Amino acid sequence: MSMFQKTKTARYSSCRSCAVTSRTPYSTVPSEKTFDKILIANRGEIACRVIKTCKKMGIQTVAVHSDVDSNAVHVKMADEAVCVGPAPTSKSYLNMDAIMDAIRLTGAQAVHPGYGFLSENKDFAKRLAAVGVTFIGPDTHAIQAMGDKIESKLIAKAAKVNTIPGFDGVVKTAEDAVKIAQQIGYPVMIKASAGGGGKGMRIAWNDEETREGFRFSSQEAASSFGDDRLLIEKYIDNPRHIEIQVLADKHGNVLWLNERECSIQRRNQKVVEEAPSMFLDADTRRVMGEQAVQLAKAVKYSSAGTVEFLVDSKKNFYFLEMNTRLQVEHPVTECITGLDLVEQMIRIAKGYQLQQKQEDIPINGWAIESRVYAEDPFKSFGLPSIGRLSQYQEPLKLSHVRVDSGIEEGSDINIYYDPMISKLVTYGATRAEALARMEDALDNYVIRGVTHNIPLLREIITHPRFVSGDISTNFLPEVYPEGFKGHHLDEDRCRELLASAAALHVTSQLYSHKILGTQRVSSAPMDQNNWELCVELGQELHDIEISKSGNSYIVKVDGGQVEVCGDWNLASPLLPLTINGTCRMLQCLSKESSGNIVLQYMGTLFKVRVLSKLTAKLNSYMPEKVSEDTSSILRSPMPGTVVAMSVKPGDTVADGQEICVIEAMKMQNSLTAVKQAKVKSVHCQPGETVGEGDLLVELE
Amino acid sequence: LAVLHVHQSFACLLQTNIQSDCRWYSVSHLSVKERIEKKRKAAQMGGGQKRIDAQHQRGKLTARERVELLLDPESFVETDMFVEHRCSDFGMEQDANKFPGDSVVTGRGRINGRLVYVFSQDFTVFGGSLSGAHAQKICKIMDQALTVGAPVIGLNDSGGARIQEGVESLAGYADIFLVHPSDLPHHGSLCILTHLMLCLQDTSYLFITGPDVVKSVTNEDVTQEELGGAKTHTAVSGVAHRAFENDVEALLYLRDFFNFLPLSNQDPAPIRECQDPSDRLVKSLDTVVPFESTKAYDMLDIIHAIVDEGDFFEIMPTYAKNIVVGFARMNGRTVGIVGNQPKVASGCLDINSSVKGARFVRFCDAFNIPIITFVDVPGFLPGTAQEYGGIIRHGAKLLFAFAEATVPKITIITRKAYGGAYDVMSSKHLRGDMNYAWPTAEVAVMGAKGAVQIIFRGKENQAEAEAEYVEKFANPFPAAVRGFVDDIIEPATTRKRICRDLEVLASKKQVNPWKKHANIPL
Repeated sequence: MSMFQKTKTARYSSCRSCAVTSRTPYSTVPSEKTFDKILIANRGEIACRVIKTCKKMGIQTVAVHSDVDSNAVHVKMADEAVCVGPAPTSKSYLNMDAIMDAIRLTGAQAVHPGYGFLSENKDFAKRLAAVGVTFIGPDTHAIQAMGDKIESKLIAKAAKVNTIPGFDGVVKTAEDAVKIAQQIGYPVMIKASAGGGGKGMRIAWNDEETREGFRFSSQEAASSFGDDRLLIEKYIDNPRHIEIQVLADKHGNVLWLNERECSIQRRNQKVVEEAPSMFLDADTRRVMGEQAVQLAKAVKYSSAGTVEFLVDSKKNFYFLEMNTRLQVEHPVTECITGLDLVEQMIRIAKGYQLQQKQEDIPINGWAIESRVYAEDPFKSFGLPSIGRLSQYQEPLKLSHVRVDSGIEEGSDINIYYDPMISKLVTYGATRAEALARMEDALDNYVIRGVTHNIPLLREIITHPRFVSGDISTNFLPEVYPEGFKGHHLDEDRCRELLASAAALHVTSQLYSHKILGTQRVSSAPMDQNNWELCVELGQELHDIEISKSGNSYIVKVDGGQVEVCGDWNLASPLLPLTINGTCRMLQCLSKESSGNIVLQYMGTLFKVRVLSKLTAKLNSYMPEKVSEDTSSILRSPMPGTVVAMSVKPGDTVADGQEICVIEAMKMQNSLTAVKQAKVKSVHCQPGETVGEGDLLVELE
Repeated sequence: LAVLHVHQSFACLLQTNIQSDCRWYSVSHLSVKERIEKKRKAAQMGGGQKRIDAQHQRGKLTARERVELLLDPESFVETDMFVEHRCSDFGMEQDANKFPGDSVVTGRGRINGRLVYVFSQDFTVFGGSLSGAHAQKICKIMDQALTVGAPVIGLNDSGGARIQEGVESLAGYADIFLVHPSDLPHHGSLCILTHLMLCLQDTSYLFITGPDVVKSVTNEDVTQEELGGAKTHTAVSGVAHRAFENDVEALLYLRDFFNFLPLSNQDPAPIRECQDPSDRLVKSLDTVVPFESTKAYDMLDIIHAIVDEGDFFEIMPTYAKNIVVGFARMNGRTVGIVGNQPKVASGCLDINSSVKGARFVRFCDAFNIPIITFVDVPGFLPGTAQEYGGIIRHGAKLLFAFAEATVPKITIITRKAYGGAYDVMSSKHLRGDMNYAWPTAEVAVMGAKGAVQIIFRGKENQAEAEAEYVEKFANPFPAAVRGFVDDIIEPATTRKRICRDLEVLASKKQVNPWKKHANIPL
């Protein structure tokens, strides 16, 4: 009992983003009585999202949290909060006993599980039913039927839903996996039967990869779901991931709320989603919607659910799985349909009928969602990073922007939970409008203290292939075969960046002269108006002439001329500039006395060094810092736990051979050798926690 | 001895300054003029092109290049360009061994428009060695700096005393390093030479005796770098205050750093125009102190979030890291910041951190810089090493420094303020002007667990007693009800409060009782 700590908090300010502020007002029926108090068995943005709707509906809310989340936003937002255990999810957010105690303690009448955690756990739903508490989601039968990949496919087949050719069965050993894979024919996909999303999912192109995939997937399945059963099926090359949102009540009414396209994925996890899809025509949409409804009816589904399909280039679609919960990317559907899915889930759970008919469901405009993650997109399109959000500003001053987040300035992103910072949603009458707003929103988003994936998001949403709708789930590896390298500056953009950096440097130099008050020895006036500078970008030096008049600078650089105007507020993280008449939002991340400036431009961080011409000349005498040879040392690319060490000192490793496996945020990452060499020393052991940059293994 | 190693050459601007003054010419005018030109040219070249190239090859700048980089363009006014050494032994009297200006460049100039005197030792002339003439040149600008109340920056790059001159050069050392620094503060001048020492990684060495002598006397094998390299002095000995990668970086940082300081101890601390709103709420501070009081956090997170533009110039960042000291601005006003660092050794006070803090507090007090103290201190570090090392004596230095300081003193207790260490950290009892506590503050004699173990030694129900102790003392109320803190504030409002208080305290006047000098427990 002592671990429970009940806190009443009502400090949450209502100025944050919320679903309620989106364009179409949600229909709330004031006379409907639902629940007095709901417990939200989740954390982060989805907990906040649910609480917002509860507040709107006049429902009291209870947050549960782990000890490290005591100060989290969802805890502050809720009317009551109960600590359900220490940081590891298995001891807190997955700790059913503690959550059941919290329900009893607070008298909550219903539980919204959000996504992940206990959202698709039939045991949890059963335990709730046993004590007469409503589970806001489908009943246990549907969860069970759809939660199992094998059973769900059989049901789908029976309901006349298109399914993927493949092997439906339990796989016991690596050799069984190979045999099955060979029968189906490569490529095949291996994943955990019980798992949702991309977690535990591997693609194998040969026997060796099948064995490896089997090992990884079963390990991950065991650690994430406590159920190591696997599924192997035909992998459809070049597919698009398009899913249908369904909404069903307890009276047999089922609606399909159009599709979401979630083809932009990395390691089978979604990055950018949109609704509707550019790819679907009205007929395909209707057929997919109707099949989704058939499936929902087949399992007597109620609540919100999602039927995922893979769609090939000929618009053939195959059932992938059904998620019996609220999806991460539900906001784009809300934007185009005007429905509040959480509200509908609560109504349905209380037993109300759907108020809409299928013909009432519109597609109003276009919505795009970018998942903003605390991760380094330069490493495998995103390896988790951790840290404290020392500065954090959501771009909510812009119109048609919705940000669903569960963190705030000062929050910690730690290794225990999903590294998602927020879901950034923009919408507009057309896709182009929504995309333009997304570009603006990403440029105006201030995140400091953790590495984030905004550089990648901005590149994706401005890439010609994405803009034209030519995408598939292989988009990222196809567009960036060498890995993501950040924005490539063309000549004009490069000049703009150099000019902006030079102007910022001069502004800051002038600022240094602004000592106020009466100094006994008066300052000499700074009447200089022209400067000769040298700016270093990458390995190249650029000579720059810059002159100032008022707030604008004329910059001569690389044979061109650039005019840069701005307010030049050096205390603000955002640097709105007008460059040659075009408005650009830059961000200044750091500015050091040494002339080093880090600017975010076109979403990507660029490090420049601005020196006076004289300083640059003298700087050429300075010895260059010798950088460490990184081919013979293996450092941890992220903070996490070492789960396997495949080598010992004296072993010889081949180029590409696995050296060790690091688990972070429930993802297992295999680290491999980049050259053939002998292992000199091993600096960590399985089970050990390592930080980013920690030395793991040295090669000779 | 070396202080700030910095270097430099192509300052040709001065040649034109003097030519117009030649009205006294006679028949010999041309030849004298030529001689002047020749000497000036020679002075510009120091030890000659070959030695300049060698200096560059070592990754170092020449004395003149360093001066040019340090000062505003065209602001350098040189003195004693014609001074030559007077040694006549060992062939030093030959013309080839005479260099106009000798082995140091001296003069004055401006940094961001503000007056500064500067000397820069020239390694290309006899390895920058200190001759009688060299010392005289330095003393001359120091005297002048003293009369006008301006700081002196020394850029040292010297092999040591000029052996050929014998005792005369040693007398020069005495002049520079002993006589002047000790009386400078009293006469109103700031000398970075003695107040702050910056050095360079890989190229700065500083020791009483070099590795060879060490080997012959104590039979100890040690490299130059280990004995007196930048790392040694910034992390182990605490002799140097900050290290930089190279000459250029050091000089650029020095220019920015100079802007924090008043020109002399007679001047108020400078105020720079400020674009960062003084009433900015810092929301991230509301969650910076972790829930569990045993968990660490980074005091720098607080400092960076509170100060103007996040600009904090840390002094001694790699030495005694359990205390953080440095300069910043609040609404444009220069302030000195002292903070316990919970991330390192729980932020406890030990010998090194006490001395580091005390030295910094006295620096601020000497130069009219208000002191802001962030307190999260669990106490003094226990143990024989500390006691035998004299922690009582050294800890008293910090207490003494805070107590005697008459500049505005603002203190924020962020979490733990335990026992004697609480008193020491600019508490109300040491004449703190404004003392605040965050809601997470625990002002007590010691942690609850330790306290209960003593009070209830050998008794049962310690857990219960501990809970009671926490309830009673592990919060800001005991201090607040006694007036030992002036208010309990929301962390987000800290910046706003400090800025407002500094405005009020700008006119603070407090005089310590007269004494010849204070007797700090050295």
